[in-house]
Amino acid sequence: MSDEYEHKLEAKSDYVGDASSVSTPDIDSVPKAELPDQELYHSHSWWTTYVFSQDAKYIGIQYALTAIGTGLLGLVLSWLMRIQLAFPGLGWLEPTAYYQFVTMHGMIMVVYLLTALFLGGFGNLLIPLMCGARDMAFPYVNMLSYWAFVVAVLVLLASFFVPGGPTGAGWTLYPPQAITAGTPGYNGGIILMLISLILFVAGFTMGGLNYIITVLQLRARGMTLMRLPLTIWGIFTATVLAMFAFPALLVGCLMMTLDSLLGTSFFMPAMVSLGEKLTYEGGSPILFQHLFWFFGHPEVYIVALPAFGIVSDLLSVHSRKTIFGYRMMVWAIVGIGALSFFVWAHHMYVSGMNPWFGFFFATTTLIIAVPTAIKVYNWILTLWRGNIQLSLPMLFSLGFIVTFLNGGLTGLFLGNVTVDVPLSDTYFVVAHFHMVMGIAPILVIFGAIYHWYPLITGRMMNETLGKIHFWITFIGSYAIYFPMHYQGFVGVPRRYFEIYDSPYIDTSTLLLNKFITIAVLIVGAAQLLFLYNLFASARLGKKSEKNPWKANSLEWQTPQMPPEHGNWGKELPKVYRWPYDFSVPGAKEDYIPQNQPPSEIIGAKVEKT
Amino acid sequence: MSTKKSIFQLLTEKPWEKDQIEADNEHQGKTLSLTKQKLGLRTIMAASTVLFSLFIVAYSDRMLVSDWRNMPEPWLLWLNTGILFLSSLVLHQTTKYAKKEIYEKTKNCLYFVGFLAYAFLIGQLIVWYQLMSTGYYATSNVANAFFYLFTTIHGLHIIGGIYFWGKTTSKFIKRSLKKEDINNLIDICAVYWHFLLAVWLVLFGLMLSS
Repeated sequence: MSDEYEHKLEAKSDYVGDASSVSTPDIDSVPKAELPDQELYHSHSWWTTYVFSQDAKYIGIQYALTAIGTGLLGLVLSWLMRIQLAFPGLGWLEPTAYYQFVTMHGMIMVVYLLTALFLGGFGNLLIPLMCGARDMAFPYVNMLSYWAFVVAVLVLLASFFVPGGPTGAGWTLYPPQAITAGTPGYNGGIILMLISLILFVAGFTMGGLNYIITVLQLRARGMTLMRLPLTIWGIFTATVLAMFAFPALLVGCLMMTLDSLLGTSFFMPAMVSLGEKLTYEGGSPILFQHLFWFFGHPEVYIVALPAFGIVSDLLSVHSRKTIFGYRMMVWAIVGIGALSFFVWAHHMYVSGMNPWFGFFFATTTLIIAVPTAIKVYNWILTLWRGNIQLSLPMLFSLGFIVTFLNGGLTGLFLGNVTVDVPLSDTYFVVAHFHMVMGIAPILVIFGAIYHWYPLITGRMMNETLGKIHFWITFIGSYAIYFPMHYQGFVGVPRRYFEIYDSPYIDTSTLLLNKFITIAVLIVGAAQLLFLYNLFASARLGKKSEKNPWKANSLEWQTPQMPPEHGNWGKELPKVYRWPYDFSVPGAKEDYIPQNQPPSEIIGAKVEKT
Repeated sequence: MSTKKSIFQLLTEKPWEKDQIEADNEHQGKTLSLTKQKLGLRTIMAASTVLFSLFIVAYSDRMLVSDWRNMPEPWLLWLNTGILFLSSLVLHQTTKYAKKEIYEKTKNCLYFVGFLAYAFLIGQLIVWYQLMSTGYYATSNVANAFFYLFTTIHGLHIIGGIYFWGKTTSKFIKRSLKKEDINNLIDICAVYWHFLLAVWLVLFGLMLSS
């Protein structure tokens, strides 16, 4: 690596030889802008500034707060479920309520928290700033996207208040049971759930349109695609995946809505319910499973890829080192994105399928481990001999690497048909997917919030509170999910609302259930600490200097911090390098921002007086 | 604009090398030489194509089950197809008029396209009415349900097109835009109409052939 830097510096000092006088701007010159500056919408009232805002930064914050608020509900639901599991004798929850909470917890966390927070929240905040744009390509459509999301959330929450309550079909909403008598919310809650998902997809498509076009077309001068921070690569690829995957969810939701409301038979087979023959005939429940998982598996990577991208940038900034293998990281992101459309049926091994079909999907599933492993190696190699700062974002990033590795390894077990079949209906799967797409992305989200908080508020979050929050969350998550792996191995089935002492269930399970529940309550309560820190620091936090982490990427280089409407003042930034020039030998500082002209970084010679 | 690069060339650039740095500093910050509206339309068309493809997959899978009863195709559907074809043709002509700045004809053509779009939607509704009055309900067989579903989703796309057509036409009449901007908008309408014609031909062909 150092050879390349020397080579580069040599090249630059050549220039200095030519530029005899201080004021010669030759090496800084970039061609004149050929593209006109973006026209901006300027708000005139409080309502259009803070509520119906068309500024991507505000929309990002709105998205993030709405998603976190909904996520808190998901967290409380998990408390209620765990109390039921630990103390089945109390009669804490009815079976109906338990299944409803499982369903709502899953759907809220996957779609309304993680997807909305990564793409809607961080996407809106970071894409224009990191690309060097004034705003998104279509600010009005962007605003519509957020409000469609709000309506989707409200419809989802409304399902708690309809007769019969929310649906209890599991977050996968498999027909026929999802819309058949006997399942909680089969004729009220499920409809609201489906409508809410349809609204979410519509809203997301509007947002995704913005993210794609802004990244492709509205970057600053000099910002080639291969000079983009990996955060943007992650969010961009995830958005492309979402644009292809969400239609599958939409098709499934629309057809199931018709099955339920009109009585068509897209997914509903002929069946007898409560002793009566239903009017349905010939529908195919497996078809829904294919549609759902054609969306559902890419969805895992819609959440994971932005996390990959963000964590790469956090690791690089906080270890003051170039990301190891930038191109390989980009290829891995794109490769994982492409492969993610060819693995969906590994969620359906127990639904029964042609053995060759299972063989194909087991193979593709294992192949996807290759680019993922490359990423993990590259993160570790980025840390290797880096100047590691154990700041909050770094702690959470380290936590992510370990947790993701852990969840990924159990994924290798479950990707094989023969191993999956006995484990599929046990707590092993619960532990696996919570590790890999619950805890791991959440740790990145925390890291990212601690990292970019000064950019939003101009203040730092409290470090001590943050460290307490980190250690409780990190150790607590392992206290919760490690025992679940063991429970899975001894065959404790998932989806049961109470597990009693019986010849089939080991006593250790009951003890572990209590232990896990206590850990859940503690970890959940620790998030209150985070929330307090989040809101209190906006007023009480230490004032942040400009660019507090000494990062290179453009979002920290705005004339004002926090950035104002239009981001860049009069002139758009010009980009001269990629965002990973940390600890460059011979440079005065250990970082060189992307928009710093070459003339300013060659020692004292070109210092302006 | 910069020279065109394949995605493979693009992804193998080494942004830290001297030559690449010099080339990159010349970059204007735009990847494709398309207006943002045109790229937006392409993105929407890509997502819609996935949507319709998945419907078609579901259709092909479901028709293998023995309860499938084919539905008659009313002759009116052929007329509607003709209307859609005609509107696509007229819009193609509109783009030509707009480029040659024959604005009176452009305006008339735009009005005519709007009329045809509404005529198509009304035609589809009449087909629905005919089918329902002869007992082909969505619930009586899944083939019927697919027909109603396809025509609804396609119709919603047409309604989206009418919304955009309305904005384009009103901007055109007010003359509030520069020449290349209005050409851009009319081009977009035309491409979208061609796309919806193609989608309809595929869906209609699928329903005829099964």
